[in-house]
Amino acid sequence: MSYIVDRRANSRNKSAVNRQRFLKRYRGHIQRAVQDAIKERSITDMERGEAVTIPAADVSEPVFAHGGGGRRGIVHPGNREFVAGDRIARPPGGAGGAGGQASNSGEGEDDFVFQLTQEEFLDVLFEDLELPNLVKRHLIGSDSYKRVHAGYTSDGVPAKLSVLRSLRVAKARRIALTGGARKRIEELEDDLVLAEGGSDEVTSMRIKKELRGLKERVARVPFLDKYDLRYNLHVKQPQPTSKAVMFCIMDVSGSMDQQIKDMAKRFFLLLYLFLKRNYDRTELVFIRHHTVAKEVDEQEFFYSRETGGTVVSSALKLMAEIMAARYSPNEWNIYGAQASDGDNWNDDSPVCSEVLKKSILPAVQYFSYVEITKRDPQALWLEYEKLAGADPDRFAQRRIAEVSDIYPVFRQLFARKVAAT
Amino acid sequence: MTAVEKRQPISDCSDWTFELIEAYDREIGRIAADFGLDTYPNQIEVIRSDQMLDAYASVGMPLNYNHWSFGKHFVEAERGYSKGYMALAYEIVINSNPCIAYLMEENTMTMQALVIAHACYGHNSFFKGNYLFRTWTDAGSIIDYLAFAKQYIAQCEERYGADAVEQVLDSCHALMNYGVDRYKRPYPISAEEERRRQRERAEYIQRNLNDLWRTIPQTRAETEVDEEVFPKEPQENLLYFVEKNAPLLESWQREMVRIVRKVAQYFYPQRQTQVMNEGWATFWHYTLLNRLYDEGLVTDGFMMEFLASHTAVLSQPSFDAPYYSGINPYALGFAMFSDIRRMCEAPTDEDREWFPDVAGRDWREVVQHAMRDFKDESFILQFLSPKVMRDLRLFAVIDDDEDSEYEVTAIHDSMGYRRLREQLASQYNLGDREPNIQVVRADIRGDRSLTLRHNQHNRRPLGDSADEVMRHLHRLWGFPVRLESVSNDEVTQTRTCP
Repeated sequence: MSYIVDRRANSRNKSAVNRQRFLKRYRGHIQRAVQDAIKERSITDMERGEAVTIPAADVSEPVFAHGGGGRRGIVHPGNREFVAGDRIARPPGGAGGAGGQASNSGEGEDDFVFQLTQEEFLDVLFEDLELPNLVKRHLIGSDSYKRVHAGYTSDGVPAKLSVLRSLRVAKARRIALTGGARKRIEELEDDLVLAEGGSDEVTSMRIKKELRGLKERVARVPFLDKYDLRYNLHVKQPQPTSKAVMFCIMDVSGSMDQQIKDMAKRFFLLLYLFLKRNYDRTELVFIRHHTVAKEVDEQEFFYSRETGGTVVSSALKLMAEIMAARYSPNEWNIYGAQASDGDNWNDDSPVCSEVLKKSILPAVQYFSYVEITKRDPQALWLEYEKLAGADPDRFAQRRIAEVSDIYPVFRQLFARKVAAT
Repeated sequence: MTAVEKRQPISDCSDWTFELIEAYDREIGRIAADFGLDTYPNQIEVIRSDQMLDAYASVGMPLNYNHWSFGKHFVEAERGYSKGYMALAYEIVINSNPCIAYLMEENTMTMQALVIAHACYGHNSFFKGNYLFRTWTDAGSIIDYLAFAKQYIAQCEERYGADAVEQVLDSCHALMNYGVDRYKRPYPISAEEERRRQRERAEYIQRNLNDLWRTIPQTRAETEVDEEVFPKEPQENLLYFVEKNAPLLESWQREMVRIVRKVAQYFYPQRQTQVMNEGWATFWHYTLLNRLYDEGLVTDGFMMEFLASHTAVLSQPSFDAPYYSGINPYALGFAMFSDIRRMCEAPTDEDREWFPDVAGRDWREVVQHAMRDFKDESFILQFLSPKVMRDLRLFAVIDDDEDSEYEVTAIHDSMGYRRLREQLASQYNLGDREPNIQVVRADIRGDRSLTLRHNQHNRRPLGDSADEVMRHLHRLWGFPVRLESVSNDEVTQTRTCP
């Protein structure tokens, strides 16, 4: 006797919980692997998993087992030339030899390797980071609705018929409409028994007639009437969406070579990935500048070549204009990230500071500036330093000298702030 | 060969359907019943390969409590599978009633039929028939028990935190192999069970009474008289001892120790019957599918595919092959059961001399008897024939650390058969395979320390992970724990924690 069951439609990921437990337990190893990974791989392919290697000793589950040594006999298959009493030189590698224990120790030496998914990779990447001033500005937008159950209604399409409710109403109606009649029937039936017992023909005839009438009335009440039908009611509920826009501002003047641009790009991408995880929708605005600023697409932003001098304030002014035109601070969470090698016309730096203070900082959640240079701090840095002192919650600046600095700097900028500071 | 013209195969293409699975199962079941196989009802579940990975991770059980180690097995299997290092086993079968067997949807019809014959009739009848399974496991209630365990542990996690629960489970898992009764037989339930519970209650009261007594001043002389060894006899079931006697465990922790212990006990027969269980299932899928072929119910192509995977499963690399990893239990078990059949049907003089009780008898009776009343160790000791030893070309080697060379002590010749057989049997004796460790003393009057004794067999020491296990034992016991390794009545090594 066999039952055949199709379980293929059953839920996936039955092991997800255990997998998470495992990852949690080896968080230290995984964090190290992730940090090594971002040092080595280009940040453009951050969005994939990573192989994590854990020394076998760290994941082994200890049990009481025989160690090497002592005297033990083993039976092996495949004898060709041995006869009883033969002596065989011990193979190098000691007592492990071949046989039962060998497979254990053989595997034991290998490292434990497994693959992190992209999601888990990013989780670890951005662990303990948070977006500063994370005020989710909600927009009752037009693009996302959720259908929620909102009780029952007396009309609707057949597909939404609620059988249970309908039958319940029907039963209530039947009870209400026939209650009096059924009570009377019960009384009459008792009377009938009495009347027939007393051989009272006339009364019993009368009672029988009334009974017939009543029973007909009860039978006429339908089991299910169209008034009984109830339908599930669903209403559309608008879902608040949180939206963020990220302004990437980069200097593309002659002094910025491709290497510096690459480093800037990595920084921007990290920030973008991070925002994407925190907001339902994230838009990007790319502004590049030399002496004049221009809004461009991503390709042009990172790869087109320009030369010329540097006027940083042009980009900040453009950002302020775009914000005013398209991204109302009431609706959008605005983040700004500026990357530069620090060059600027000396008399432009105070203007930058002014634009930032007046028209940008009040509207944004956070504005970060990274200076990618190995030289001493430049004019812009010094000017911005004053700003950072005045508004440390919304503005931060850091310096990056090497590619490997990017992630630590990123972590510093977005480190979860402890309340005491 | 005359049967060929009236061949009416059940199917002749490699795709399976539910109707075909049903048809094959019906035919295989009919033949199995003809051969006298007694089975639990089957529950055949068709699953995807990722579900098979899930099943792997939770040691084959359809449900289990949550623990990181299952996650570890999962990521390991997942990686192995996705990189192609490891093919998934064709089947997982669970000793439950009804007997649950998984079929993977990727398999061909031939493989599905093979798994049905192997798992649903081979393993299934073994679970139902073998004495170890009959005494130690309750196939009817294991799924319910695991459901209870999962729920209970989830509740504990909510109440006491996942970390606290994980710690207890880690420690229990370290001692899991020592959570079984090896020598003691389980009590038959019912009235006996009732009495046992009563005894336990009495014991509980007694313990509390002792505590009361302790507060009353005693004269020194009396205490010395009282100074007796506890436990009275060495205890082999460490987890049971911890569950009942650990001074500091909370009741939920005790219950978790009990859960791990119960699961360990459930798997204990499987660890002792690897060769027999796989050999039996392989022997029967071979016999059943060949009968299907003889009846003309399957095609030649079916048989070719079946035999290809059958021989792959049975491959036994010799000791010097690079991928040799010990004796393949499928190969050994299949060879032995097939040889029993051969000895019954066509005995030689050698068989009559070695196996007078087997030679010439009805093979069905003999294999049933072998399956029912033996475990790997005794099965090999009883039924390993000279022919199988010759076919596998077995030889025994002694590896002694006081000797600079290995010594070949026996090979497959008339001088060596008996010795070889004893050696191989002891290799499957769990008592030999796992270090013999018992609780010998719990100092209930003094510092409450716990002492274990490791009786070294042939001077073999403990592996390095023993220190780690001692830390786990210390976590459960709560007071100092000590492990003495004893060889020839001499303590060779003492481990303590802390």
